[in-house]
Amino acid sequence: MKLKTLSLALGAFMASTAIAAAADCEKLVLGSAISLTGKYATNGVHAKNGYEFAIKKIDENGGVKIGDKCYNFEVIYYDDESKGDRGATLAERLINQDKVQYMLGPYSSGLTKAIAPVTEKYQIPMVEAEGASRSLFNKGYKYLFAVLSTSEQYLASAVTLAAEKAAESGKKASDVRVAIAVENDPFSLDIRAGVMEDAAKLGMSVVIDEKLPRDLSDMTAILTKVKLVKPDLLVVSGHSKGAATAVRQIGEQKISTPMIALTHCEAADVTGNFGAAANDILCSTQWAETLTYEDPIFGSAANYEAEFKGAYPEYANKKVPYQTAQASAAVYVFKDAFERAGTLDKEAVREAIAATDMKTFYGDIRFSEAGNNIAKPMVLRQIQNGEYNVVAPSAFASHKVNWPRKAN
Amino acid sequence: MDQIASNIGLLLQFPVVNLKILIDGMMIGALFALAAYGLALVWGVMNVKNLAQGDFVIGGGYVSWWLVKNVGLHPLLGVPAAFVVMALLGGALHGTPIHNWARSQKTAMIWVSALTFLVFIVATYLGDAAGSVAGYAGLILTILLVINGGIYNLVISRVIERDLFTSLLATFGLAIMGAQIMNLLFGSDTQSLDLGYDTLYFADGLIDVPIAKLIGVLMAAALAAGVVIFMKSSRMGQAIRATAQDARAARVLGIDTEKVYAFTFSLNAAICGAAGAIIVMVWVIQPFYGITYSVRAFVVVTAAGLGNLPGVIAAGLGIGALEQYGSHIFGIGYQQAIAVLLLLAVLVYRLMQQKRNRQVLQ
Repeated sequence: MKLKTLSLALGAFMASTAIAAAADCEKLVLGSAISLTGKYATNGVHAKNGYEFAIKKIDENGGVKIGDKCYNFEVIYYDDESKGDRGATLAERLINQDKVQYMLGPYSSGLTKAIAPVTEKYQIPMVEAEGASRSLFNKGYKYLFAVLSTSEQYLASAVTLAAEKAAESGKKASDVRVAIAVENDPFSLDIRAGVMEDAAKLGMSVVIDEKLPRDLSDMTAILTKVKLVKPDLLVVSGHSKGAATAVRQIGEQKISTPMIALTHCEAADVTGNFGAAANDILCSTQWAETLTYEDPIFGSAANYEAEFKGAYPEYANKKVPYQTAQASAAVYVFKDAFERAGTLDKEAVREAIAATDMKTFYGDIRFSEAGNNIAKPMVLRQIQNGEYNVVAPSAFASHKVNWPRKAN
Repeated sequence: MDQIASNIGLLLQFPVVNLKILIDGMMIGALFALAAYGLALVWGVMNVKNLAQGDFVIGGGYVSWWLVKNVGLHPLLGVPAAFVVMALLGGALHGTPIHNWARSQKTAMIWVSALTFLVFIVATYLGDAAGSVAGYAGLILTILLVINGGIYNLVISRVIERDLFTSLLATFGLAIMGAQIMNLLFGSDTQSLDLGYDTLYFADGLIDVPIAKLIGVLMAAALAAGVVIFMKSSRMGQAIRATAQDARAARVLGIDTEKVYAFTFSLNAAICGAAGAIIVMVWVIQPFYGITYSVRAFVVVTAAGLGNLPGVIAAGLGIGALEQYGSHIFGIGYQQAIAVLLLLAVLVYRLMQQKRNRQVLQ
């Protein structure tokens, strides 16, 4: 009982503040089931903060102008507990009970995969920012749009980089031997597929190809093999636990592979937790605050970072994760589409989203037929003396890549 | 198939790697053995099959991690700290004057509990103004649990005389609750403590033994030895063993079995906690990793049998080593499968053995 009244009171409080801020504009309700508890809670909260920050910024810049009326976004959130079935149920509830007409995505590919069939069934446009698996974009979904790059691109640029480096040192690209260790989940398997494809194109041989279990806490067996086989490129992906385990044990076992590429370095805070062991490791990212993107609402990428930290002081001592930036970008896509559509008609808005072609602080956004963003590249950063510096693709590189990597 | 053949080829080509795999496996196996010993204790004495075993391990890890990160404790001191905190959580205060006093103040306690829980919920709801507040509220919650007599009084004492499934369900619930509470308090990120110690290298760097790992294993061994001595020579140890043999007879002879149960359970929680504190400084922990250790503990106890400490240690080390071998040869994805297959093999062997015994009896 107590709990219920409390949450009601809190809800009423938050609603009243929201109304106060939006006095002269009408409400435009979006819905989102997002992981506020469960295993994705950390990133779910990052995404939610990104949504909220964008809504606030758009409010401050005059709201969403549709025709001669102005609107402010308001989001109904439900906690999906990081569970797919729960996410799908909540999506139904948002659509049927709360009569939500537009959705923002949940966190993770798995949850997006669970919710997309529901939004598709009810023809509800969903702009999502946190589901990167390419399996989301081969089902023919018409109402699903993603602002981020798909996951097979995460580490593919590391393969290209390895080929470049091989050429520089007078070897052929086909001499490069690749070791892959990825978690057995849709996201990481996509990464593996992307690396395999690019490696095959360049004629590289894959010498180790391992799938990590979900509750991985020990990689010594794989790393021992790496030590014996001596590949030229080691690729590891297993969310933040994979990154933490890999960096820790790469340091302990003195793995001397000349190039090591990971995902989720920032989420695992490998520089903070393991210091020197993380040096010269390559990390893929959707977005970095040092990139030269900008837009009229959020300003430059660096400005986004600074203002976000101002609004959410708990991020003051860490990097603003790209999960937050892309969530903000998703809200921005909605604003842009509504204004271009000039109406609240669902189909017209869907058409407008599909025709999106915009430059944002998060990068360019243009959707393919399938709904994924094809205008923004992934970038690869290298940890150099504890700093994340962009080293690839070369058009965005601010620093030269350290190669071969020094085993500490 | 090719991969398996080439993996075996590697083992033959570099024989010293066999030694490395054995060492790595036995190091993690030592911690499996520790968790399994606690399980054997609770299982043997109270006939409770504790499915939350692994979550106690992870809980201990987080206690140590939190103290190191927020209070500035040395990671090595995190091990005894986790031991004590988990013992209190488990129910070490059961039957002590402070617990009796708290019991007499029932309504007041309920109100205080409800209030702190509210504080905790609000803190979580408000996001990260929470970080510190949630930790603080968690601490209060902890103290309350202690005043309430810990997990033993809240849950275990109610299911101890019931049938198998009641206790399985109760401890399963405990496991889910535990994981979720840790998730709320500490977040779902993977955590680890870096001691910053060197690594020893042998055989051209093919064998590496991080000093932190070595210290961890030695601490595990010391703890195991301590528990064995305690069980052999202290009055409480004797009472525990007596209760395990025959609870009714023990009661007739004046042993307060309720107290023995509470003590056993909190001792188990403490052992798990210490194991977790060792794990966090050598490997990594995450709120939902408990199941890994629960599964291993069950495999080890089932294989070794209850009340067979050398057996538990041998089985723990053996499973650790075999898992490492298996994951080297078949791929790391099959690590857990190997543990479970091993259990199957042991059970089949046991069954055959028993059959033979029965035939002899006939």
